Amino acid sequence: MLANLRKIGQNLVRNGRNFRTSAVPMSDNLFVHRDSPEDNPDIKFEFTADNQKRVEAILALYPEGHKRAAMIPLLDLAQRQHGWLPISAMHEVANILSLPKMRVYEVATFYTMFMRKPTGKYHVQVCTTTPCWLRGSDEVLKTCKDVLGIGVGETTKDMQFTISEVECLGACVNAPMIQVNDDYFEDLTADDTKQILCDLKAGKKPAPGPRNGRFASEPAGGLTSLTSEPTGPGFGLQEALK
Amino acid sequence: MAGTLSVSRLAILKPNLGSVVPCLTVQSRNQSTEAPVTKAKYGPLADEDRIFTNLYGRHDWRLKGALKRGDWYKTKEIIEKGPDFILNEVKTSGLRGRGGAGFPSGMKWSFMNKPSDGRPKYLVVNADEGEPGTCKDREIMRHDPHKLVEGCLVAGRAMGARAAYIYIRGEFYNEASNMQVAIAEAYQAGLIGKNACGSGYDFDVIMHRGAGAYICGEETALIESLEGKQGKPRLKPPFPADIGVFGCPTTVANVETVSVAPSICRRGGKWFVGLGRPRNSGTKLFNISGHVNTPCTVEEEMSIPLRELIERHAGGVRGGWDNLLAVIPGGSSTPLIPQSVCNEAIMDFDGLVAVQTSLGTAALIVMDKSTDIVKAITRLIMFYKHESCGQCTPCREGISWMNKIMTRFVTGNAQPSEIDMLWELSKQIEGHTICALGDGAAWPVQGLIRHFRPELEERMRVFHQKDKKAAASN
Repeated sequence: MLANLRKIGQNLVRNGRNFRTSAVPMSDNLFVHRDSPEDNPDIKFEFTADNQKRVEAILALYPEGHKRAAMIPLLDLAQRQHGWLPISAMHEVANILSLPKMRVYEVATFYTMFMRKPTGKYHVQVCTTTPCWLRGSDEVLKTCKDVLGIGVGETTKDMQFTISEVECLGACVNAPMIQVNDDYFEDLTADDTKQILCDLKAGKKPAPGPRNGRFASEPAGGLTSLTSEPTGPGFGLQEALK
Repeated sequence: MAGTLSVSRLAILKPNLGSVVPCLTVQSRNQSTEAPVTKAKYGPLADEDRIFTNLYGRHDWRLKGALKRGDWYKTKEIIEKGPDFILNEVKTSGLRGRGGAGFPSGMKWSFMNKPSDGRPKYLVVNADEGEPGTCKDREIMRHDPHKLVEGCLVAGRAMGARAAYIYIRGEFYNEASNMQVAIAEAYQAGLIGKNACGSGYDFDVIMHRGAGAYICGEETALIESLEGKQGKPRLKPPFPADIGVFGCPTTVANVETVSVAPSICRRGGKWFVGLGRPRNSGTKLFNISGHVNTPCTVEEEMSIPLRELIERHAGGVRGGWDNLLAVIPGGSSTPLIPQSVCNEAIMDFDGLVAVQTSLGTAALIVMDKSTDIVKAITRLIMFYKHESCGQCTPCREGISWMNKIMTRFVTGNAQPSEIDMLWELSKQIEGHTICALGDGAAWPVQGLIRHFRPELEERMRVFHQKDKKAAASN
């Protein structure tokens, strides 16, 4: 008996490093739900009348028996209505799609665009992946933090701004860039960033797009291709179609 | 192939560079040989041979403008000629998938032409563009959306598909809006929908926005995501051509691949195959980002030399060509190549395989000599760590592990023997996962070790020297 106890004790000591007292942070997001005054299942969530129509339009896009495909568009719609995605909105989506709640939770936690905690009116997403980093995204991120006085993942007290550091947003030739809600602001310098944030603070609507004078992704300072007028219909048409 | 693998494994176990390098020359990702040269010079492309004539958005992107630029011209005739005509043109053109893997499109699309078992077939367009460095599909969708809508119809006809789902990444909200407008215009003009273009063929095009996950660019993950699940890749087989979206036969194709199909059908596969080297034919959208004077997206002929591409369109490397340190030639997943290799590199599938890298999505990330190359690659590994779906252990754990090691490499806080350990680790991730994300994360690290090993060792030496000095002064 005593020998057994000793053996168990030894094992415990040997395996001691397997015990942990706190969770290891493996991700930048919390994946469990904790009830809070602003986010708990008792708060009612309903789609507005306008959005009800959108819900029906979205559901009509997918074949019968596969309505679950509407999950991501519906969650997005709920987030647009509420500003972020509370748990009761997830329940509502589960209700509409007649799915177990878990099926919605797993989707809502998988995708980075679903904000499961209160988010500011302007969600400032700074791309810091290599192509942007090479062209000075560190400076852009620092400017955002300085101007708004908050860190990454934080929201200002007046619920106006949230800063997120995000992975590649797919505008690499226009690096560095930030996304504010749905709009891309490209080819930024620290001053441009400051200007954009100040405009937003003042309630103005800064114009999206590149800030270095170009229109889109053409080389700045003069075209190197597509300088002539585009060819018209039927140019170079092959024999078989004539 | 098995022989090659075991040779490289044995060689890597020996912890010296001399044995690692020869094994790399043995190992290449496909069996292709050098492409034959047919022309004296590839590129620059003439404006009249460019497919995406509104790439920069300088003209009207809506239906009226698109019609003026020759979109939707004789589409009815193309549809009426049937799948064999379209498939034949695409096969003749030698078009290879533009999403990274470079699989011959004609062959892929013909997999769908099996006798029908009553299930509908679908075309899914992969517009989940998230590879760092890549931003070509975005330009197509916001400035030339009708090319994609028409491409869906032509490619869909080739496969006998009933509908096309365009899965666009959620962040591209404005691009998705432009696409949606273009689709609505096409429906109103009777170009798609019931009796598309008056050809008697019914075809729908539907936009579907994702919600921010790089992994959904993998075809089976994209299908899962489209079905409203977590974007976790499926094990293949069954391939999507047998069981794809909603359990029906599906082909997933990149935006650029689908968008060029109508132009190929109109001008003929022979025109397309005449551009670029054999097996690498056609035009391609290149993204040039990073340390160049004028970063841009440009359509060029395949097989254009890397140096010419950068100097002609991107205004050259910042501080001149001699200031170039390295280029990642095909989006973040492809191994980098140093300046000495860049001098001669040719931008096509075979040309880049020959220098142990890959064309990928043809997104060049240029880095000049001021770059902290170790940090640049570490940032990419951080990206892969963030985007791993967590399904396969080698990828989920391995990339976190690589990230930790690489973070120490940035400061040099490591032992030289750990470089080989990292190499071995990357080899254990590569090829041991369901999808190619693991491979994509392993290759940048392998590229770094292959070409910048002395830099890594030097950092460690400096770090330990400082460490010693600090200890002595204490």
